[in-house]
Amino acid sequence: MPTEIYFNVAISGLLTGLIYGLSALGLSVIFGVIRIVNFAHGEIMVLGMFFTVVAFRHLGIDPLVAVPFVAAILFGFGYLLQDWVVRRVAHLHDYFQFLLMAAVAVMLIAVCLMVFGPQAQGVNVPYALDSFSIGPLIIDKVRLYAGIVALLGSGAMFAFFKYTDTGKAIRACGDNYTGALVVGLNVRHYYALTFAIGCACLGAAGAIMVLIVDVHPYLGPPYTLLGFIIVILGGMGSLPGALLGGILIGMSEALAGILLQPSLKSAFSFAILILVLLFRPQGLLGKVQR
Amino acid sequence: MNRLFEGIPAHGLVLLALFSAALIAAPYLVSNYVLSVLIIVLYFAYVGQAWNIMLGFAGALSLGHALFVGIGAYASAALFIKFGIPPLIGVFVSIALSVAVGCLIGYLGFRFSIHGVYFALLTIAFAEFTGIMVDHTRWLGGTEGLFLPVANRDRVDLINLRGSPVMFYYVILAMTALALVLCRFLLNSKLGYYWQAIREDQQAAEATGVHLFKYKMIAVAISSGLTGIAGVWYAFYYNNLFPESTFGTNRSIEMILGTIVGGVGTLFGPIIGAFVLTPLGETLTALTEGLKIDGIKQFFWGLCVAIIVLFRPSGVWPWIASLLRLDRKSDGGKS
Repeated sequence: MPTEIYFNVAISGLLTGLIYGLSALGLSVIFGVIRIVNFAHGEIMVLGMFFTVVAFRHLGIDPLVAVPFVAAILFGFGYLLQDWVVRRVAHLHDYFQFLLMAAVAVMLIAVCLMVFGPQAQGVNVPYALDSFSIGPLIIDKVRLYAGIVALLGSGAMFAFFKYTDTGKAIRACGDNYTGALVVGLNVRHYYALTFAIGCACLGAAGAIMVLIVDVHPYLGPPYTLLGFIIVILGGMGSLPGALLGGILIGMSEALAGILLQPSLKSAFSFAILILVLLFRPQGLLGKVQR
Repeated sequence: MNRLFEGIPAHGLVLLALFSAALIAAPYLVSNYVLSVLIIVLYFAYVGQAWNIMLGFAGALSLGHALFVGIGAYASAALFIKFGIPPLIGVFVSIALSVAVGCLIGYLGFRFSIHGVYFALLTIAFAEFTGIMVDHTRWLGGTEGLFLPVANRDRVDLINLRGSPVMFYYVILAMTALALVLCRFLLNSKLGYYWQAIREDQQAAEATGVHLFKYKMIAVAISSGLTGIAGVWYAFYYNNLFPESTFGTNRSIEMILGTIVGGVGTLFGPIIGAFVLTPLGETLTALTEGLKIDGIKQFFWGLCVAIIVLFRPSGVWPWIASLLRLDRKSDGGKS
């Protein structure tokens, strides 16, 4: 095999990885602030993917244009989910939160099945088969646009948490719960807001993902596991870590797909997860204490 | 024997005796369909008890317990198919392998001090990884699956574990009962008190001189070994094994739902949980069959689980136990 193939595959993996990174940001933010592990991660993203497909089919909206709208819908969904349901198990053991989120995940899969049907659905954008060629390298137009939009989304997240007052307040709630209460922050509201932002990330990532993957109701669970691998690799609660983890997993999956067998690529990811847990449990960019 | 029933109020013993008698008589009283449901209930009760030893007694959350079912199932099935070794002998190989893998995961997890959610993810990773590896192993049937020859469904052959559903029912009933006795015995032993100390406050336990690593490893070994035995039963009852549906995370979650709903760390929680959840699923199937809508059963099922979690946060069993006034002297409830 010529060397260019590896570069092409690595670049396409990198661009896919940017989308993974954006979705992992959603998981990481929720864990970093509320300390809840969102076991319905993949299922929420799949919900976003379905919304995008429907918008494309019936209204002719390009998935990349749909990104902010899908993100806004899932923002509302996430706010209500945290404020009505998840909040009530926050003080309980890990496994209760896990069980509740797993039940939510089961319900989401069921809703997708009822509303959208079991078959795989995709979008056919006019630029689906176009590509750019730079020297010997060939880059799919779809993946390039998808990667750029994902990068913009992640950039918006970083800016939000670094520069806006709301972002700072959310970080304060995550860093010191009691302290945040003492200075008069409405922690319940900010927690719901955090969950909402996490879900908005998933919505945006899902809308972009539709461009490269066909969606069906059972796509959720594998994405949930993938999300965990990425976030553990990058460091739970670390935003740059989630993005870096997404890129690394995207590239390693793509390369494992051509170097080994495609069906072995998730085994490769799980092997990475085991090694990271053992030798660097805080992740590549995580803080040491947690 | 006396120690086994110590501290249980008299009416509790009567209830337990009635419950046992009903289960022993069940095959002669109920239809084949109800019996098949009861078999699944008891299977989940058994694996739930096995899993409970790890989280409920020693405080280590495993979300990859399907791994041990899979190891037990594949080991005994492969020995039977390839070498004709009966499951009565194969079960020891299954136990040995499950315990070995369990101890490996436990060793890595506890030595590298991986806690809580991280430990859970480690167990998921091992289960999924092993599943994919089996998927690529031709000798174990790969993706196409491993099949046991179906023969003599009417003749009872305990050594080869071939026979009618009634035989499988009694086998799993005996396993569940023995596991219950074992859990009761363990929980009241010195070991059980060490475990509870670790579960309630790891640092305090360590400070009072409990050897954390040792006792957690014992919990993992017992839990994985018991689950491995369940794998043997699973393989010979279903007669077919597929990597994805044996090792998948869905399977692990399915196994532990009953225990969490019933009450983690309690003796009867896993059993009650299985008796609540499996019939719930069957009832929903019956109710929603006529609607012909894909997914509606799963939706209501998820809803029921969510409602139980939200309104009975310590599980169903402690609540039932207090309704039946079993919690006074008994330690069936969380101590």
